[in-house]
Amino acid sequence: MEVVRKRVGGSVVLKPVGRIDLTTAEPFRAQLLAALADLAAPPAAVVIDCAHLDYVSSAGLRAVMVAAKEAKGRGLGLGVAALQPVVREIFAISRFDLVIASFETVRDAFGTLDPGAVEHLAGLP
Amino acid sequence: MKVTFWGTRGSIPAVLSAAAVRDKIAIALIRAAGRDLGTSEAARAFVERELSFPEGATYGGNSSCVQVETGGPDYLICDMGSGARELAVQALARHGPGAPQTYHVLMSHLHWDHIMGFPFFTPVYIPGNRIRIYGCHRELEQAYRAQHCAPSFPIDFTALRASIEFVVLEPDRPTEIAGFRVTPTLQNHGGDSYGYRIERAGKAVVYTTDSEHKLDGRGEIERVVAFFRDADLVVFDAMYSLADTMSVKEDWGHSSNVVGLELCQLARARHLVLFHHEPVFDDHQIHQIFQETVRLEEITRRDHPVRISAAYDGLVIDV
Repeated sequence: MEVVRKRVGGSVVLKPVGRIDLTTAEPFRAQLLAALADLAAPPAAVVIDCAHLDYVSSAGLRAVMVAAKEAKGRGLGLGVAALQPVVREIFAISRFDLVIASFETVRDAFGTLDPGAVEHLAGLP
Repeated sequence: MKVTFWGTRGSIPAVLSAAAVRDKIAIALIRAAGRDLGTSEAARAFVERELSFPEGATYGGNSSCVQVETGGPDYLICDMGSGARELAVQALARHGPGAPQTYHVLMSHLHWDHIMGFPFFTPVYIPGNRIRIYGCHRELEQAYRAQHCAPSFPIDFTALRASIEFVVLEPDRPTEIAGFRVTPTLQNHGGDSYGYRIERAGKAVVYTTDSEHKLDGRGEIERVVAFFRDADLVVFDAMYSLADTMSVKEDWGHSSNVVGLELCQLARARHLVLFHHEPVFDDHQIHQIFQETVRLEEITRRDHPVRISAAYDGLVIDV
């Protein structure tokens, strides 16, 4: 699994590519928390672009939950966007769709979480 | 090896209300409109074949009690939840009160929902019966005696007529019980709980309830996967959703269907049985979780299929 990181104004997009499973969840969590640590203040947000994420295990979802708690504690935003069919089903079956903000596109995510970042989204859907 | 589920509900028995029964009957009548169901056989076949499980049956409401048939005269039972009462009814109907039996009981832990069936397990009142209760908690005997006396119960433990023995096991050390190789292992639950791997003649059943499998840390994952390794049947605490176990119900000591499936896939176990159902859920909600787990297995399967079942009171599985 590879994670592409892109700064968007005061916010960050993380784009994991491939599978987040037991072997890759820990580095993914580290990158998530590092991205949050780099955010200055609300309404900055981390958006996880799942357009090229094929699978996420419970360990990967735990990383998302840990990051969501961290973000909430600092008043920052965190959401997922562009879930592909398999990952969308995993989110629904695990009920993560009830606790993690999910958006159709990265642009939609920032439109809600950090509207000021939208103008910096050139090249992103 | 045959496994019978006498109690499958978590935390507290949950009965089907009159309103819920009426709802099921109403749905069945609507579905049966225009059918020729003039005989009980035809009606029963219609219920079994054309109604979904939550429409035509119920997951039931007794708390944890699972029997592993020994193939001999002795009984092997996991936990003494309220399902033990029905087990006793069936056992006495089968043998009669004048034919003493030996009952081996493996205790996951000593919380109330796992011992509450014992005062209603009628073999304990009959001389000649032998009850051997195994567990890894040092308070094993104390817990049984404490619920079986005034003011909680009118009959004191000392008045029981069966021979009752308590055997404290050592975690991760296999012990021969009723012809099985039984290995307990420590689990993450308030006050600790223990799962059991029950093996004989190349078959293995894992009974793992009241355990919060966090899959957090490689060493712990490898330990649990080794315990589940190649099991033919895994009876798994799937009480909460994965999201709940990581948020509002974190550290409540229970697991999810998602983690149960992942562990079975990692361990190449063959059959996952969702168990210890949330008492808040009705039959339709439990059935939805079952169907979602079947779907999750389909979309995450790589080279090893895992069969999925949802336990209900009265379910019998051949292993």
